[in-house]
Amino acid sequence: MAEIKGAVVVDVERCKGCGLCIVACPKKVLDHSGDVNSRGYDYVKMVNPDACIGCTSCATVCPDSVITVYRAKI
Amino acid sequence: MTDQELKEIMKPENIVYKKSGLLRDNIMHYCPGCSHGVTHKLIAEVIEELGIKEQTIGISPVGCSVFAYNYIDVDWQEAAHGRAPALATAVKRLLPDKYVFTYQGDGDLASIGAAEILHACNRGENIVCIFVNNAIYGMTGGQMAPTTLVGMKTATTPYGRNVDRNGYPMKITELIAQLPGTCYVTRQSVETPAAVRKTKQAIKKAFLNQKEKKGTSFIEVVSTCNSGWKIDPIKANKWMQDHLFKFYPLGDLKDSVKDDPESYKQYIE
Ligand SMILES: Cc1ncc(C[n+]2csc(CCOP(=O)(O)OP(=O)(O)O)c2C)c(N)n1
Ligand code: SF4
Ligand code: SF4
Ligand code: SF4
Ligand SMILES: [Mg+2]
Repeated sequence: MAEIKGAVVVDVERCKGCGLCIVACPKKVLDHSGDVNSRGYDYVKMVNPDACIGCTSCATVCPDSVITVYRAKI
Repeated sequence: MTDQELKEIMKPENIVYKKSGLLRDNIMHYCPGCSHGVTHKLIAEVIEELGIKEQTIGISPVGCSVFAYNYIDVDWQEAAHGRAPALATAVKRLLPDKYVFTYQGDGDLASIGAAEILHACNRGENIVCIFVNNAIYGMTGGQMAPTTLVGMKTATTPYGRNVDRNGYPMKITELIAQLPGTCYVTRQSVETPAAVRKTKQAIKKAFLNQKEKKGTSFIEVVSTCNSGWKIDPIKANKWMQDHLFKFYPLGDLKDSVKDDPESYKQYIE
């Protein structure tokens, strides 16, 4: 059966590591990467990509328009 | 998930959310997690969706959002501190076919600019006013604003705001809703996906009101200033929900059209 799957792309250099997307995600897909971008911010990444449903919650609350969200039936 | 599956999902036709094309590529100067960024993004999305980029003029304030003109790709004028509604009045009257909006913080709007906003709303200028209320002067280092809650610690109220010394917190949005020139007065927020979507609808409605010449539309966005409040962005959102929302309850205060001038003639007849 076809399943709705999502994925996000984080624009690493724009991310300020504020963490608002992490708590907005209902599926606990995102977390800090533990690495920093050129501006010194601990940017976020998908740590649990299988769980992403492409709901856009993370991108919607992001103040810096960092996240692009994809959703597809696969 | 395999790389192949990820590739399948990450096709351009599957994009369901991306940065607004009306936001420039430069990185905003705001602190991590600042509500200004979300509010900017919503304005950009609304202008883009309404297809009014070339007809829109923003008036930016003094405060952290002083550089708003660097981020949203429309025409802008920079106002002196608190004077955005006066400048917006001039721009809209000279160029009535343009969509004109102001963007102001609570220090800018409720303190030094209290006269300008009240009179623009009282005149019923056909503009949109966006009011970012983070209950503090963010830009200058977290001093008390008229909107600061009683007991709230700021750089100028280190023991907490005290009514005897500092006066009462001001609900300027409630004052504005009383004014006959306003058509739409609402208080929203941007800390959850649902709140962000509601605020976007409110901003869109305000621009459409301007198209229909209904009067002044005023949108307060109850916001955080995590740097000024000296807590992290996630705790700041929680603090806002627990405290600011109690004093500044969310929702529409007015949704109609400005008063009919005819109804004012009876007093002199
Ligand atoms: C005439 C004048 N007086 C005072 C200042 C100093 N000043 C700059 S921003 C600001 C207050 C900003 O607070 P707010 O409008 O709440 O914006 P925020 O930074 O919180 O978004 C003040 C008092 C100034 N720039 N010009
Ligand atoms: S909300 Fe945006 S800026 Fe903040 S951590 Fe997430 S992606 Fe980065
Ligand atoms: S799109 Fe939804 S499920 Fe996927 S990371 Fe963002 S918030 Fe989580
Ligand atoms: S000082 Fe406050 S209002 Fe200004 S950018 Fe930082 S968090 Fe935002
Ligand atoms: Mg402020």
